[in-house]
Amino acid sequence: VADAALRRTPLYEQHAELGAKLVPFAGWEMPVTYEGIREEHAAVRTHAGMFDVSHMGEVEVEGPGALAFLQRVLSNDVATIGLGGAQYSCLCGEEGGVLDDLFTYRLGGDRYLIVTNSANHEADLAWLGRWSRGFDVAVRDVADRYAMLAVQGPHARDILARALGIELPPRMRVARSRIGARPALVCGTGYTGEDGVELLIDPEVAPPIWAELLDAGIVPCGLGARDTLRLEVCFHLHGNDLTPDRTPIEAGLGWCCKEATGFIGAEAIARARREGTAEKLVPFKIEGAGIPREGNPVLAADEPAGAVTSGTFSPSLELGIGMAYVRADLAEPGTEIEIDVRGKLRPGRVASKPLYRKG
Amino acid sequence: MTLSDAHYPDDLLYHDQHDWARLDGDDHAVFGITWYAQDSLGEVVFYDPPEVGATISKDSSYAEVESVKAVSDVIAPMSGEIVEINDALEDIPEKINEDPYGEGWLVKVKLTQPEERGALLGAEEYRKMLEKA
Repeated sequence: VADAALRRTPLYEQHAELGAKLVPFAGWEMPVTYEGIREEHAAVRTHAGMFDVSHMGEVEVEGPGALAFLQRVLSNDVATIGLGGAQYSCLCGEEGGVLDDLFTYRLGGDRYLIVTNSANHEADLAWLGRWSRGFDVAVRDVADRYAMLAVQGPHARDILARALGIELPPRMRVARSRIGARPALVCGTGYTGEDGVELLIDPEVAPPIWAELLDAGIVPCGLGARDTLRLEVCFHLHGNDLTPDRTPIEAGLGWCCKEATGFIGAEAIARARREGTAEKLVPFKIEGAGIPREGNPVLAADEPAGAVTSGTFSPSLELGIGMAYVRADLAEPGTEIEIDVRGKLRPGRVASKPLYRKG
Repeated sequence: MTLSDAHYPDDLLYHDQHDWARLDGDDHAVFGITWYAQDSLGEVVFYDPPEVGATISKDSSYAEVESVKAVSDVIAPMSGEIVEINDALEDIPEKINEDPYGEGWLVKVKLTQPEERGALLGAEEYRKMLEKA
């Protein structure tokens, strides 16, 4: 039953035409799969796939105080982003919890674009607006200006550059370009562990670009494959692996926190880093049968030891994988754990990142 | 993976939770999930069967099938005792997608209450139920 309140991306008609299975996701009606999650997953690992991620939000931050403001709200050292650079960071609360995880692109001297998770977009905007007081900066919601396509896979760059006749920036860079006679941003980023780019384009040209890439042999992929791909390489999903109740330190994201910049939450994060945390987020593999799912209890030596935050069947490894917050003394790779999958104890082992590596 | 179009054989009995039963004599039956069930679930990657000898009850879960994305309980269309499970599904669970009424069968059961068949749907009734949903 269609929910009238669900939002649709500019590519909704294309998804419907391809026979996608559409599901509600963070208030949007999104394709979860077209031909099957395993096929789409394999296309990205071996060829090229594209994802409509237009539900993601965009916030523009501009003005003489942009750097000082972003330095205050983002966990990473924003001063190190050169023109045309990209950076991953956390947006933290005053207690150091993760409100969202985001990419920031520097589009101009005093102009930055932040890409938010759709479920957090409104809250992020309110948070940024509130903390921008006192800074000479404008914070604008520009989510309606962009459709977003992630084109990922070992052949993604080649096919895309040829199909659209554009030059692509290297990894972790953003280039201003023109696609379909409209301004576009081409970002050397992604969420799959494969090479590729993310396109931020005018919603009006999204359908013809989608059609062109489809003709060029890029495989349409849904959120299902997006999730299996990201979990195989241990990329975090906010709302599951990252929450406002956990610091980046226990999530394994200490590398993108530069407390010396004095960002909101830095004190709590410095303390967590110094004193250690009771639990840590670890990747794990199931040994044998069983597929772990979010919320499954983790046990060690028959004692409660944590809980799964993300779990799935890994199409590349053909076994159950996941991430879980466990007692810090169990975080060492190789540690034996058990996952309580709906009453059945499934043996597993803490692994190192990433769970899947090419070759 | 090539999936067939929706189909619901006339010689089966159907449970409204999208399970089928193929009667074998008066007191045996084979159970599985319908085309609709496998299509809703997506590619099955894991089948967690019951033990041979286990007692199962009509309308209760007796097994699980999982796709990449989701897990689904399999509901018994009739009551009985498990006499055989489809071992082949351990290695190739995708048979449940490819051939849900043939090689994708789940269990063979000795029925303890064969008269429960009266409560199941015929193919035509099941198809009508799906159209209304």
